[in-house]
Formats: sequence, C-alpha cells, structure tokens
Amino acid sequence: MNINTIKKEFPIFDEKIQNNDLVYLDSANSSQKPKVVIDRINEFYTKEFSNVGRSIHYLAVAATNLYENTRISVQKYINAKDKNEIVFTKGATEALNLVANTLGQKYLNEGDEILLTELEHHSNYVPWHYLRKSKNIKINFAEINEYGEIPIENIEKKITSKTKIIAINHLSNVTGAILPIKEITEIAHSKGIIVVVDGCQGAPHLKLDMQDLDCDFYAISCHKMYGPTGLGILYGKKKWLEELPPYQGGGGMIKEVKKDRITYGDLPNKYEAGTMATAQVIAFDKSIKFLESIGIENIIKHEKELIEYGQEILKKNNSVKLIGNPKNKGGVLSFTIEGVHPHDIATILDEDGVAIRAGHHCCQILHDKLAIPASARASVGVYNTKSDFDQLNDSINKCKKIFDLK
Amino acid sequence: MNLKELYQEIILEHGKNPRNLRKTNNFNKDAKGNNPLCGDNVHVYLKLNNQRKVEDISFEGSGCAISMASASIMTDLIKGKSDNEAKEIIDDFLGMIKENPELKSSILEEDDKTKLMCLSGVKQYPMRVKCATLSWHTLISAMEDDGKQVSTED
Repeated sequence: MNINTIKKEFPIFDEKIQNNDLVYLDSANSSQKPKVVIDRINEFYTKEFSNVGRSIHYLAVAATNLYENTRISVQKYINAKDKNEIVFTKGATEALNLVANTLGQKYLNEGDEILLTELEHHSNYVPWHYLRKSKNIKINFAEINEYGEIPIENIEKKITSKTKIIAINHLSNVTGAILPIKEITEIAHSKGIIVVVDGCQGAPHLKLDMQDLDCDFYAISCHKMYGPTGLGILYGKKKWLEELPPYQGGGGMIKEVKKDRITYGDLPNKYEAGTMATAQVIAFDKSIKFLESIGIENIIKHEKELIEYGQEILKKNNSVKLIGNPKNKGGVLSFTIEGVHPHDIATILDEDGVAIRAGHHCCQILHDKLAIPASARASVGVYNTKSDFDQLNDSINKCKKIFDLK
Repeated sequence: MNLKELYQEIILEHGKNPRNLRKTNNFNKDAKGNNPLCGDNVHVYLKLNNQRKVEDISFEGSGCAISMASASIMTDLIKGKSDNEAKEIIDDFLGMIKENPELKSSILEEDDKTKLMCLSGVKQYPMRVKCATLSWHTLISAMEDDGKQVSTED
C-alpha cells in the first residue's frame, strides 16, 4: 500500500466538517477508522452475528472462531509467545486497572513502592493510587529532564529496595518521548521488579515485540490503532496471568460453580467475564491487517517525517512554544502560544476544520511540573500529510491575528 | 458559527487585562471552582459587609479568554451590589447563557448589559459554555457558603 493513497481508505475524509476539509491532528486521542474496519462491523452484525464461546450452533461456532482469530493476529502482531497472553478488555484503562488490582491483591504489602514517571497518563496513575489506601503502598515518580524525556538514570535513581513495580508509558502523549522499555525492563528484572507498560501511544506507532521488550504487562488501546472503540488489550506474561487472581467475576470466566466453591476458567477466559465486545474484536482483525499491509517500518518513517516537518514549521512561528524536545520522539507535538489559552486556540483552529486537543491531556502531573495549566496538541496518524501542518500553521496565525499578537 | 461574535473586543480586552484578579483582603466568603476536563480553575473571594452589601469581590485562577473575561466582567458588575441584587444578576446571566435571548434584570445599566451580552457568543459553542459560567457558579457557591467545590462535571 502506498502511504500517499492511505487517506482514501478513511471515509471520514470525504466529509465536509463545518464546510471545511478535515485536518485531523488528534490521533493520539483516537484514530479515524478505515473503511475495512467499519464494513467488518456492519457485515458481522448483518450476516454472522452470534455470541461467542457459549452455544454450539453454527453461528456461535463461526463467531467464536473469528473472535479467536483476532487473538492470534494480535499475538503475532506484538510477537507474544502464547495466544493466551492476549486478554481482551473494554479498553487500555480496564487493562491497567486489571493489572493494578490483581497485582495489588497478590503481591503488594504495606510499605512497598511503585515507580511511575511524571509523563504518565491518569489511567496509569489513578489505578495505582487506589492501592495507596487499600494496601498502604507508596508511589514514586521518575522525573522528566529538560527535553521532556525520562532518561534511564532518572528511573534508576528512584528505585529502592522496596520497589516492586515499575509502571511506565511507552510513548508520551504530551512530549512524544519514546521510553527505552527494553533497557528499563532489563534493569528492573535484575532487581526482581515487575514492569507494566502503558502502550496506548506506543502500539499504533512503534514496532511491537513483546519477547524482545520482555516487559511483564503491556496495555493497548484498540481505538487508537485504527480499530473500534470499547476495546483494549492486555498482554501479560503467561506465568503472571496464571498466578494472579481473576479480576471481574461473571459468566464465561468460571470452570465450576457450586454453592460452596467456585473454580475459575483457564486463560484467557479467566479474564474475559461476561459478553465481550464481540463485533469490535472481530473488526479489530481488520485493523491489524490494515497496519500490516502498510508495514510498521513505513508508518514509523512517514510519521517521523511528518513530525519533523511540523516541528520545523512551528519552530519558525515565533509565538509558538513547543513542549519537550526529546531525541527519540513519536508523532505528538504539544505547544502553547504566549497570550492565547489552548482552548481558544482549539476553538479558532476548529473553525478551519483543524481538529486538535486542548487541555491537560489527562496528564496533570506533567502540566503541573511544566507550570502550565494546559497545552494544545497536534498528533498524527498514517493519513496525515505535510499539508496538514501547513494548514495548522495558517490557522495558528489566524489565532495570533484575533489575539493581536505579532 | 462566527468567531468574531465569540471573540469580541470587550472579551479579548478583559481576557488580556482581567479586572479584580487578586485576593480580597479580609474576605469573609470564598469558593473554588474547576473544570476537570480542561484544567481551568477559579477561586472567588467576597467581602460582604453588615448590610449584606458586596464591599469587595475578586478572583484568582487561570483559564481561556472566555473564562477570564467572564470572571472579570462578573466581579466588576457585582461589586457594590447587595447579596439579593447579586443573586438576581447571576440568575439573569445564567438564564441568558442557557436560553433567554436577552437580559431582564432592571438592576443592570444598559452598559452593563452590553458587556454581559458580549458573552452570549458562547451559545453557539456548546463546549465553551462552561468556560463562561464557571466563575458565576463559583460565586453562587461562595455566597451560599456551602463549602462545596464547584465542578463543571458534577
């Protein structure tokens, strides 16, 4: 597939948004969906629908096979050792809650420490915060450097003899910094520390190889990967998923239920209680195929070029201040304009069909550290082009004009 | 939609140079408000004297041009009013932002009404209504002394 024709795969770009062509620079929030994924949902509900894993009629068996096929596709895509290391969840948030809750129950004791970073999204902080109260554990934060990165030394500095878990993001949704997960995991494992990775921004934009990264858990958000909403994935090493207690109870996750005892199902059923997001799982197979058809190397190259171009253009714009300048950077450009609040920027850009995000992007810790209440963020996906950044810059200049900036 | 209606001169001017952006000395009522989705926050301080008159009103906080201008204009208009008059103005403003085409209160001078009507541009921008109303809801909370933190997401 030619990267230049990819945009045509996404029907939303045929729409006029308030009479404008859509310049979608909000993929870190959620990506748009290619037609193959949208069609697959429709087709499944129209011709093939049944619940999975329960009944033995034809449709149920066929749907179950499709559902399990996606698990295998995901396993291959992220190079997990075993298909049972792939657990479907309702989102990356649920995946991270699952890990925090079950690891907390089984492995944490009073006084234990969890190490996060100042770059973490709220969904990789709040679930751990619950354990402060229930388990009386302590949370430490590895600090960012002046470039908005987390150098390994800053992680090492915060590791103590009580550190039991390191929970870190793969790619920052604000500064775009890519964290050296493999190296961090090596250090952590040498000290017997479990590594949990929030892969929300990493999964759509980086090459995923679980066996190479060697982290213990990796959470994925499918709607950021050109897939449907309502679906996430938890990768967990088999030994952990086998050892940890179940998270939610209900149908499908049990082996035997008696009045006086219950035994739980094997992986992956143990963590998939209730009717799952069946159509979404089945359609997500098309998202994986879509990513594979382009090739992650091509995606990385394309997005790197885009972000370098965007950086170059915005650096020349003297009112714009870029947030963070990491050496190893993914497709996220956060910025502020002196004298214009990010919400005002977003409203004015929206008038030109330029969709960005304004706010703290669920990273209040980081914004406090940077001493700014909010920022504006442009983030890219496979469908973006350099002209999107030209339009962004033109619309930023319109902001400056309205606010009478030079 | 029209950006010019949203970002009128008065709004931009108040946004850039907000009035009463400080902390009232010896305030006897105050409340905090925030918009968790975007990180805007405001702290309103009030000094009500024995005659239940607003002797001073001020605010601290940060936010977009709309929210800063709204807090600035609000504090300007409420200063010197009795608590009942203040409540009438608040109701009138919130009613206008929500549904009424005009301001109805007879307490407000025509000039004041013009200033407040500048904020009516947010009606076309549902996501920005909260920016205009946060400081007003926070003022209600301060006057009622309910000790609650105002949040746009409650």
